[in-house]
Amino acid sequence: MINEIGHYVLVLALGVGLIVSTLPVIGARRNDRALMDVASLGSVLMFLLVAFSFAALTRAYAVSDFSVRNVWENSHSLMPMIYKLTGVWGNHEGSMLLWLLILVFFSALVAAFGRNLPETLKANVLAVQAWISVAFLLFILLTSNPFLRLEPVPAEGQDLNPILQDFGLAIHPPLLYLGYVGFSVCFSFAVAALLEGRIDAAWARWVRPWTLAAWTFLTAGISMGSYWAYYELGWGGWWFWDPVENASFMPWLAGTALLHSALVMEKREALKIWTVLLAIMTFSLSLLGTFLVRSGVLTSVHAFATDPSRGIFILGILTVFIGGAFALFAWRAPSLKAGGLFAPISREGSLVLNNLILTVSTATVLIGTLYPLILETLTGEKISVGAPFFNLTFGLLMIPILLVTPFGPMLAWKRGDLLGAFQRLYVAAALAALAGLTLWYIENGGPVLAALGIAAGFWLIFGAFADLWYRANFGKLAFGIAFRRLKGLPRSAFGTALAHMGLGITVLGIVIVTTFETETVLEMKEGMAAEAGGYSLTFDGVRHAVGPNFTEDRGHFTVRKAGVEVADVWSSKRLYTARRMPTTEAGILTFGLSQLYVSLGDPMADGGMVVRIWWKPFILCIWGGTLFMMAGGFISLSDRRLRVGAPNRKAKPVRAAMPEAAE
Amino acid sequence: MSAALFRGTGMRERVARLALLLALIFAAASAAFAFNPDEVLKDPVLEQRARNLTSQLRCMVCQNQSIDDSNAELARDLRVLVRERLVEGDSDKAVIDYVVSRYGEFVLLKPRLSLRTVLLWGAPIGLTLAGIFAVFIFSRRRASQEQPQKLSADEEERIRNLIEK
Repeated sequence: MINEIGHYVLVLALGVGLIVSTLPVIGARRNDRALMDVASLGSVLMFLLVAFSFAALTRAYAVSDFSVRNVWENSHSLMPMIYKLTGVWGNHEGSMLLWLLILVFFSALVAAFGRNLPETLKANVLAVQAWISVAFLLFILLTSNPFLRLEPVPAEGQDLNPILQDFGLAIHPPLLYLGYVGFSVCFSFAVAALLEGRIDAAWARWVRPWTLAAWTFLTAGISMGSYWAYYELGWGGWWFWDPVENASFMPWLAGTALLHSALVMEKREALKIWTVLLAIMTFSLSLLGTFLVRSGVLTSVHAFATDPSRGIFILGILTVFIGGAFALFAWRAPSLKAGGLFAPISREGSLVLNNLILTVSTATVLIGTLYPLILETLTGEKISVGAPFFNLTFGLLMIPILLVTPFGPMLAWKRGDLLGAFQRLYVAAALAALAGLTLWYIENGGPVLAALGIAAGFWLIFGAFADLWYRANFGKLAFGIAFRRLKGLPRSAFGTALAHMGLGITVLGIVIVTTFETETVLEMKEGMAAEAGGYSLTFDGVRHAVGPNFTEDRGHFTVRKAGVEVADVWSSKRLYTARRMPTTEAGILTFGLSQLYVSLGDPMADGGMVVRIWWKPFILCIWGGTLFMMAGGFISLSDRRLRVGAPNRKAKPVRAAMPEAAE
Repeated sequence: MSAALFRGTGMRERVARLALLLALIFAAASAAFAFNPDEVLKDPVLEQRARNLTSQLRCMVCQNQSIDDSNAELARDLRVLVRERLVEGDSDKAVIDYVVSRYGEFVLLKPRLSLRTVLLWGAPIGLTLAGIFAVFIFSRRRASQEQPQKLSADEEERIRNLIEK
């Protein structure tokens, strides 16, 4: 019964969605308050309805109600409760419902916190959000209904894919979707602004916190997913340029560009049209990612052709929203008034460069991901575009951005002083060069590229420090005064510094791991020892064990350094009984920022075991850096100026006067 | 090891893909994981060249995996084949050419520059240039639009009043 109600409220939500899609837009045209007020009420109502539906599905999973087909396909009564619950979104139908839930959640947030928004803008934004919600409600109801029943009721479920039976599934998809879908708000703001034909700094002030929040969540989601793949897949890779990964990486790149261009628009009223375009592109890439992952087109063009109902539907959504938004843009953008002027060497100029490179990078990833599909569709020829292509092209594009990032915050708005920026950065540059040279020296003139990469990483980190140093005016003022000034800096300044520092840390991790990781593959017998990263691992043999829904062979290793035992680690191979599916559970030991990664292979005929041991120096820097980026995002978000829903009332008259002042 | 067939960090839970995966897993069930110790060449220089090559060749029955990472039988055969060619004295290019002649361009994870891939390889450079050009044109146009205009007589008058007051 509850399942049917769960299904039914989705239909109700569709009805409400249709109302919110239309009435507020008419209201905004006629300046009819009553009609515009429908938007907020309806958006909150939609959220409640979808949340109820989601709760109903969650209940079905929690009590292992196998009469629901979706539960039967993706759950098992013996699974630990946490995986039963996270299994809700460990499948197509459930994950689409989560997507929708987060979408209407964001609409409800705009409705609840948007009291200071101009009425018409708010009504239009919520209506656009409702268009997207309606499209995805239709998708779920027509092609991906999670509440379908089975008759007769099976006694036992088919179990969740073992790889997904991991804490990673609990947090990775929700974080990723919060990011993906969060950009829908930026998209809706952009479309609403185009509908109204009006856009100003206040608009950017509204869009920026949403961008920042979505970007921070997406950073968290991608980083988390990367670490999950690293420890779960069992061969120590952490980024594969897989199309599914690219699908989440493209909105991130575009979102990063949007974050920076919205900054220019907020502060200087420049780049308006470009910012609107970027907001549309970023969410379009989120939609595209959803299409790529959900339609099956990635598995093969032929799989898509044989069961195209879902794919065609999402492709339809994609075409309508992206095409519609771009058409609207082409029609209305020329009527938007352009904003402030700036010299090429200025904060704005550096952010334009940032946007240029990030956009080209996004396009490169996009083209690389789609090229094989398009070529095969057009000519029938099959080519592959994989990691070697992306490493080369994307890597080259990143070089200029790493080099110029520290300059950006040092340049003044409108007209900057490049020489002055150089003077403030030469210490950072010298320290970074020193770090690179030290490495080069230690490695006896070893890999030049690695030395340059390390210098680039430190350049970003020291550059970020230099930014804070000069803002607080250390060196010129007495330490106490400068320190007080540092504490008084706006939080967004710390956010910028932390995020740029985080990028540097991630670059360091990537460069060091790529250059200096070691891999040892060997056959080991009980009592044998192997060396990795200065540690010696002794294989103590394999033991058989039984888990709740799997059996496993666990290998035990004792780790010694200079003959002294420092740690021990289990590495296992599991067989999940319901699906007869084997997985490897790598043994991972952390030493500082580096890790030992041990993975078991197959037993050999002579009683030995194939073992793979990696030494991953400084690998934790890769994800540690993203933690800094996230911290930067959240700290920026907590800046008084950006606090969602609490723009300074007193500032209003000033803001109204600003457009003229900026021209 | 099944994990090896299941790549990517995104929403990896699609049922259709799972079916394919399961088929692949059973197909690959006899192999150990990617790259066994018995495949390693004695000569470390040659082995390093082999690893470089195998990480650029696609496992034909997997999803976006190099034969270096894959545990499928076919990937193993190809790894052995690459090493055999190297031992026989082939250059890197000769090995790649040989593999492509047998399996087609699809096997290359980094496609070669050709008429068909010119857009792919040209995109990063072409787009960068186009972007620079667009920025240049836009800023030129903006600058010419916003030439400081002469003050009208009325405005001059008002300024004079303000100054003199």
